[in-house]
Amino acid sequence: MGLKRKDLLSLTNLSADDITLILETADSFKEVSGREIKKVPALRGKTVVNLFFEPSTRTRTSFELAAKRLSADVINFSPSSSSVVKGETLLDTARNIEAMQADIIVLRHSSAGAAETLARGVKSSVINAGDGWHEHPTQALLDLYTIRSRRMGFAGLRVAIVGDVAHSRVARSNIFALTKLGAEVRVVGPPTMIPLQIGQLGVQVYHNLDEALRGAHVIMMLRLQLERQGRALFPTIREYARHYGLTGERVKLAEPGAIVMHPGPINRGVEIAPDVADSLSSVILDQVANGVAVRMGILYLMSGAG
Amino acid sequence: MTLLIQGGHVIDPGRVNGVADVLIENGTISAVGPALKAPAGATVIQARGQLVLPGFVDLHVHFREPGFEYKETIESGTAAAVAGGFTTVCAMPNTNPVNDNQAVTEFMLERAKAAGNAHLYPIGAITKKSEGKELAEIGDLRRAGCVAISDDGKPVMNSLVMRRAMEYARAFDVPVVDHCEDLHLSEGGCMNEGLVSTELGLPGIPSAAEDVMVARNVSLAELTGARLHLAHISTAGSVRMVREAKARGLKVTAEACPHHFTLTEELTRGYNTHAKMNPPLRTMQDVQAIKEGLRDGTIDVIATDHAPHATQEKQQEFTEAPFGIVGLETALPLTLALVDDGVLTLEAAVDKLATAPAKAFSLNAGTLAIGAPADVAIVDPNSEWHVDPARFRSKSRNTPFAGWKVKGRVTTTIVSGRVVFELDRSERQA
Repeated sequence: MGLKRKDLLSLTNLSADDITLILETADSFKEVSGREIKKVPALRGKTVVNLFFEPSTRTRTSFELAAKRLSADVINFSPSSSSVVKGETLLDTARNIEAMQADIIVLRHSSAGAAETLARGVKSSVINAGDGWHEHPTQALLDLYTIRSRRMGFAGLRVAIVGDVAHSRVARSNIFALTKLGAEVRVVGPPTMIPLQIGQLGVQVYHNLDEALRGAHVIMMLRLQLERQGRALFPTIREYARHYGLTGERVKLAEPGAIVMHPGPINRGVEIAPDVADSLSSVILDQVANGVAVRMGILYLMSGAG
Repeated sequence: MTLLIQGGHVIDPGRVNGVADVLIENGTISAVGPALKAPAGATVIQARGQLVLPGFVDLHVHFREPGFEYKETIESGTAAAVAGGFTTVCAMPNTNPVNDNQAVTEFMLERAKAAGNAHLYPIGAITKKSEGKELAEIGDLRRAGCVAISDDGKPVMNSLVMRRAMEYARAFDVPVVDHCEDLHLSEGGCMNEGLVSTELGLPGIPSAAEDVMVARNVSLAELTGARLHLAHISTAGSVRMVREAKARGLKVTAEACPHHFTLTEELTRGYNTHAKMNPPLRTMQDVQAIKEGLRDGTIDVIATDHAPHATQEKQQEFTEAPFGIVGLETALPLTLALVDDGVLTLEAAVDKLATAPAKAFSLNAGTLAIGAPADVAIVDPNSEWHVDPARFRSKSRNTPFAGWKVKGRVTTTIVSGRVVFELDRSERQA
């Protein structure tokens, strides 16, 4: 049983069954990372290329570890060390990588749709590791995995996604997946950060954080892109933190036992208070650990080994 | 050369609409009427079952010469024009160098003359280098042969500069053409802002980016008394404001492009770069408003915004790919589809493709009146064909209509009494 698809570009076209399959496959790899010898031979002889056009430490490292723990050969390819600076197009770069018999290309790119454009042009499998504001499917899948590992069911689950939803690929992927699985998704932020039409995606829109948190089972904080301050999205970091920062007091408004998530890297004292980030309700580091297992599962399924 | 076009259905909007012969002598129309006698030595073109129309006039093309000849040249662009039935085209000034002085204008006119396809009239820049700061030498541009002024894709953002341009242009009776886009509102955008852009995570261009500039321009036209022509309007708001401006008697004309009355933002899904143009494809409500504007006369003109780009440019990531599609060779059938849909009468469609655009820019074109230049498009209205970009005369292939089955085809195009295009027999079955 496999995913029966060449690429993983978006969560819009994964079925609930597909998502369940990925999460269950990740379960079986979770244990590998806890072993003394953290390696299985599942992808021996396969080549995985991390093609990262945007700086990323955690996602690239997570994919690299995942591939290595599956015994794949891994190449990291980033613009500073590639011919991209010489003006080569994305498609030509990818075709060159493909000519070296890459089985899977993991792409991170600043343009929405770059992964889809690439997937149309190459025979290798393409995994979207974040494309512009569009999607970050593996992040959402590891978020789902983390929620599920807390023995929370998705049907009726109240999830508040807090922050700059408009410019967040993490938010989009989570919205697509969570609504598909029957969760009640709330998005909250100042109207400058919430797309006008987002309600049509089946989410509820809030502009008041306290209201959005009432009864929430999961609080998903988004990273505030500090450099956006000059773009008239919010007046000051101080004001943003006061109105949309997650404090211990605010966590108490949520359901007892609610968990706090963040895709990282966190801005302590901006969108999340330090004591909240370090509290028992925070699962931020679990997300990171689960990320490796989930990506192992995805690589395994995409490689055709499944 | 003497030509007699026999037995066709002649439509010269407001003048003739019925079966007639058209006699062409010395490059001009010399007679239109039933059963004309062929003078000695005349070439007879049999047009029974076909439409005989004034050659179309496109107020909005980008021919990329000088500067971007790998996309299009004046020769290839005018060849595409006549293949689409256009005998007169107005070329935008966003070349390199920008057409902001008479030397560039004269160069373009020379190239068009050498190509010998369609008549070409350059549109001069409003400001030097289209930078929106200092006025270009509008009087000289006019005298050299420019028929309008525009900074097109780099709209003049400074409203005072725009006011001065409109005032100054009055001295030379030259229309001011604006691509209505507030560059602050649209910054970074690459498709319509709406549900689809939200799903695709693409930066959006709100309708308001167009609407606020239409409102500004209409106000300035009222203040200055200038002739204002609004390029490629795409929103319901624009249509509403133009309708209101016309009702108040302002000298405002407007054009719409076939893609804006045929396609919606839905085509962008899959990051289809052939659905990337500026203004962007909008919603079904906007498409309906554009059609209504065409029907009730708010929108005078159908123009193509023919914007050729090389294949490798359109193969880039969606956000990186350039805006624009080619349009000259598909405009006719897309316009005739409006006739089939009951939006326009056949005569109104011909008016918007030929007569009204000529009038908007005061061009000696767009009619089959006695003494007019013999610019004629002969059209088989029932010919069905598949759009095949490989057969385009244009150098570029960037069209969202590839593979579409369309109806209505240009079979012969005549410019100044000379046959400049005849559809190949092999293409008639295509």
